[in-house]
Amino acid sequence: MNKRIRDKWKLAIYRNKQSGGYLLKKTITSKIYSFLRAALLFGVCFLIIQPLLNKVSMSFMLEKDLYDPTIIVVPRNFTTENYKLVSYLIDYWKSLRNSLIFSVIISVLQVASATVVGYGFARFNFPLKKFWFACVILVILVPPQTILSSLYLNFRFFDIFGIVEFFTGQTINLLKSPLPYMFMSLTSMGLKGGLYIFLIRQYYRGVPKELEEAAYVDGCGNFATFIRIMLPDAKPIITSCFLFAFVWQWTDSFFSTMFLGDISLLSRKLTAISQLLGDYLNGIGGGVRASIAYGQMMISTGMIMAIIPLLLIYIVSQRAFVESLSQTGIKM
Amino acid sequence: MAKNKQKNLRKKRAIVGYLYILPFIIGFISFMAVPLLESFRMSFSNVIISTGNKGFVLENIGFRNFIRAFTEDPEFNRMMTEEISRMAINVPAVLIVSFIMALLLNQKFKGRGLVRAVFFLPVILSSGVLVGLEFNNSMLDGMKSYIQENSNVVDITASLQEILSNSGMSSRFLETVYEVLNSVYEVVLSSGIQIIIFLSGLQSIPKSMYEAAKIEGCSAWESFWKITLPMVSSVILVNVIYTIIDFFMRTDSEVMEKIRTNMIRLDYGFSSAMAWVYFLAVIVIIAVFSAITSRWVYYYE
Repeated sequence: MNKRIRDKWKLAIYRNKQSGGYLLKKTITSKIYSFLRAALLFGVCFLIIQPLLNKVSMSFMLEKDLYDPTIIVVPRNFTTENYKLVSYLIDYWKSLRNSLIFSVIISVLQVASATVVGYGFARFNFPLKKFWFACVILVILVPPQTILSSLYLNFRFFDIFGIVEFFTGQTINLLKSPLPYMFMSLTSMGLKGGLYIFLIRQYYRGVPKELEEAAYVDGCGNFATFIRIMLPDAKPIITSCFLFAFVWQWTDSFFSTMFLGDISLLSRKLTAISQLLGDYLNGIGGGVRASIAYGQMMISTGMIMAIIPLLLIYIVSQRAFVESLSQTGIKM
Repeated sequence: MAKNKQKNLRKKRAIVGYLYILPFIIGFISFMAVPLLESFRMSFSNVIISTGNKGFVLENIGFRNFIRAFTEDPEFNRMMTEEISRMAINVPAVLIVSFIMALLLNQKFKGRGLVRAVFFLPVILSSGVLVGLEFNNSMLDGMKSYIQENSNVVDITASLQEILSNSGMSSRFLETVYEVLNSVYEVVLSSGIQIIIFLSGLQSIPKSMYEAAKIEGCSAWESFWKITLPMVSSVILVNVIYTIIDFFMRTDSEVMEKIRTNMIRLDYGFSSAMAWVYFLAVIVIIAVFSAITSRWVYYYE
């Protein structure tokens, strides 16, 4: 055994000599390089994960643990009381159900319309095509704030050419229902709608034309080709667009506060959590105010509870998130 | 005859094409073009809400809203300049960091899948409300100082800072260093998608190019500048634009916040004026950046 190792070394030294010291230098640089790389990657990974872990450990602490400087990560008084309180405050199960249903509906609508439109842009030639595609880019570029006031007022006093007012004497307030937002998503004007069109178009541009031509020759119509051939082919990009749409919808509070009235969604409850906590404490104890640290702890707990479903989805479908997007060949 | 038939076919394809993008056209006209024009009109007028005819009336007041935004409002100018100067630092930082990360993640090493999974986690963590909650941590800082006052624990960061400031370097330089270090987290957190886009660009470079270069005696450094960079330059353009948009559209941006609070106060004319200024600034910045970048974009095909 020992002899074999010695032989190996001898061989290595011999080979090194033959190469004029090149081999040794190369091994050392590559070792140093991979060590540095590992250190850098570990550092960045730690940077990303640490706040998350911090929140997890904080969410299991009692308030007095926060003030104890000897406690950093592991809580001394382990408790699940925070979770119970937060889940009461934000009405967790109901908000979760609402968020889930709502995000799924919206993202399905968004992705469906983006797929159809993206396919149209990738495969057909029609007059004004450049103009309409410029409009897609415009949709990506316009900050939602710019059009928000107008949209808001239009939905608040909704009317179609004054017909409704003529019959009922009143305009309809659409802000309380999720319908306008659903319609917006269906026409790919929802949250980041233009981006999905862009991504799916890029993907379809990379699919060989022969695939479709073969289908046409075999007597498949336009729409049948789309549904039978092109849709299954684009499965990876559609999944990743769906996942993105889902995640962004889940955490969005901007569109949902504007258009969704009183539906309780996790993202909206989360922003209101310190206020809810104050109300709750007022309700039970009269005049007791939550300390800053305690409020912060509640927010951390709420955040953990809100992103747990997302993390689960991410862990399951991590591959779809990453790999499929890199297949699209996003280029200008 | 045959020509006519072909023309017919082309016409038919055009109609079908329009059918496909019809949802977009409907949506664009009703939820983008019309509101955009209307908000443009609003920015030049005083919006009076009344339950009577159509809900609101526009009263033309010329450029007064814009003048108010630039000269009377105490915050708007400051916020805009701050936002733009932050962008000028943040966007290049995000691009460089994400490019380096993509280069590293494109190499083969043990545990690459895991590292990749962690690196794309920010796509979730930096979206929507989560960012706002994350960076709204002045409360946490208050708590930290409270703890420090009431105990004798030494903070590692603070003591490191003390050591460095005693080491004779100029305090101005150190301050910049701290600022950079503090924003590292923000930069890493907002570069998830950019890394994916860069990776897709890197993966589309054929391996044979590197092999040929190596045989010709090209070092890794040279082949980075001569092969990798030109081949991903078109992806860099996409990333530049995406990063700028992403930066300006994030929900915790101060200007956005101000526009929204004014809207809630029913000051629609003023908030539309500010939104238009913001939008035009974004357009100009994107145009400038993409003009600069597209000059040296190289197309392989």
